[in-house]
Amino acid sequence: MAGLNKLTISEAAKGLREGKFLCEDLMKDCLAGVKARNMEINAFVFVDEKMALSEAKAMDKRRKKGEDLGPLMGVPCAMKDIFNTRGVKTTCCSPMLKDFVPPYDATVVKRLRDAGMVMVGKTNMDEFACGASTEHSCFGVTKNPHDVSRVAGGSSGGSAAAVACDMCVYALGTDTGGSVRQPASLCGVVGMKVTYGRVSRSGVTAMASSWDTVGHFAKSVEDSAIILNAIAGHDDKDATTPDREVPDYTSFLGKGVKGLKIGLPKEYFGEGVEKEVSDVVKNVVKKLEGAGAKVVEVSLPMTKYAVAVYYVTMPAELSANLERFDGIRYGKKPSKSAPQDLVEYYFAARGEGFGSEIKRRIMIGTYVLSAGYYDAYYKKAQRVRTLIIKDFEKAFEKVDVLIAPVSPFPAFKVGEFVDDPLKMYMADALTIPVSAAGLPAIAVPAGMSVGGLPIGLQVIAPQFEEGRCFRVGEAVEKVQR
Amino acid sequence: MLTEEQVRHVAKLARLSLTDEEVKKFSGQLSGVLEYVDILKEVDTEGVEITSQVTGLKNVMRKDEVVRGDAEREELLACSELEIDSNQVKVMNAIK
Repeated sequence: MAGLNKLTISEAAKGLREGKFLCEDLMKDCLAGVKARNMEINAFVFVDEKMALSEAKAMDKRRKKGEDLGPLMGVPCAMKDIFNTRGVKTTCCSPMLKDFVPPYDATVVKRLRDAGMVMVGKTNMDEFACGASTEHSCFGVTKNPHDVSRVAGGSSGGSAAAVACDMCVYALGTDTGGSVRQPASLCGVVGMKVTYGRVSRSGVTAMASSWDTVGHFAKSVEDSAIILNAIAGHDDKDATTPDREVPDYTSFLGKGVKGLKIGLPKEYFGEGVEKEVSDVVKNVVKKLEGAGAKVVEVSLPMTKYAVAVYYVTMPAELSANLERFDGIRYGKKPSKSAPQDLVEYYFAARGEGFGSEIKRRIMIGTYVLSAGYYDAYYKKAQRVRTLIIKDFEKAFEKVDVLIAPVSPFPAFKVGEFVDDPLKMYMADALTIPVSAAGLPAIAVPAGMSVGGLPIGLQVIAPQFEEGRCFRVGEAVEKVQR
Repeated sequence: MLTEEQVRHVAKLARLSLTDEEVKKFSGQLSGVLEYVDILKEVDTEGVEITSQVTGLKNVMRKDEVVRGDAEREELLACSELEIDSNQVKVMNAIK
């Protein structure tokens, strides 16, 4: 049965339950998808066909015995290579972790396994999730499925491309400053970034701890709600996950947007954002208005400072988090030199193990945290962050959700920004403010550029109101049909 | 502007060995980033609180119970490339 890999989760779940096909068939088709395009796209960095098929067969056996673990049972998933997977190499696409095999599963992996997940493999990413193009990976760049001369976005570019190419049915990623939404937008798939703390990060290598969230990629908004149902909620192993009710996120679907108030932040449609991108997004918003939504313009005046806030606080937190990669507690021992003492050992292990973007960010972070600069940079940035949060709070007094473009431009060329870090950082100018405030946002395809590249929009909601993202996101899909 | 000497100093604080080429490249690139983030100086933050946690959680404690980890001791030790002696990882002398 060819082409099962093109199914959504809800379609696959229906077929599996009704016995129209087996999980093994579905996995075989996903693996065929990998075979067809992974050489060219480089979405996966690790696939073990035998393991994937034996997981699938085991799930078929359980179903035959009458077990039903829910809609994700037997549906193939791809994991960004930042999620610890027991017994399966987890490298963060860094030379530092080239041979690391975790002895335990991340909490999200465990929860998905409890829901019957079967894994296709691990996907490519920017080293330690630092980047917006998946070019900073020790396994090479992930290409955009719509135009292989362009990037898939990042840092979760492999997961986004894998979903776009039907190499899996859904995928996990992480979003710190835009690393799920931006690649989703560039590859034309749905990408969910949750409220800070909604999904446990235990077993996920930390980047910037006051920003990091676990997100996911899907082929439809409905699927995204199904995935979040399985992974959201408190975890004793992540103190930032509040003990707060997890609603059935699919209950927000099918409600339409009649009477809902949508805000368009004018700063997200202005300078630095390509006109084609704003036009495509505004066109969808007009259709939502036609479907009964009220649309008003709002202002988030602190938007232009968000990238600067991010590039002070994120490297600071990153440099602290990566301190443990010293070739002893974590990471590889140095192989290119013979250090004479412990300090030399640290220098050598870290010098060899980290790629250039990581070194760059560790340097920025160390500088802004060093004596004499802490107040001027780090604390200042944390105060401006407060003002960004207040901007959003004010906007949400007037509207139910905000809609904006995800990326200021469609997919850029491989190599275009790789030696110009500041330009690369601007790729996240419209996703970072949302992360600064810890808000949930869903990226949904909104149309294509004249050149045939996907353009996405994001539906942004107040903290812990993921349901609104799904409700409006689904309407965004519907008005384009 | 960050001088090459400053770059070397920061690299020392971060325990990173850099090649001469990297030092040169980073001196320019880091200066660019630092100049860019200076835009924050425009913002009046007098009396504004800092944000270090966005959802307002404070002093989250876990129950004072011993919880068994997911991995066995042998599995954890196997994660290290270094020599293992009496269930401990052998490292170079810290004090000479």
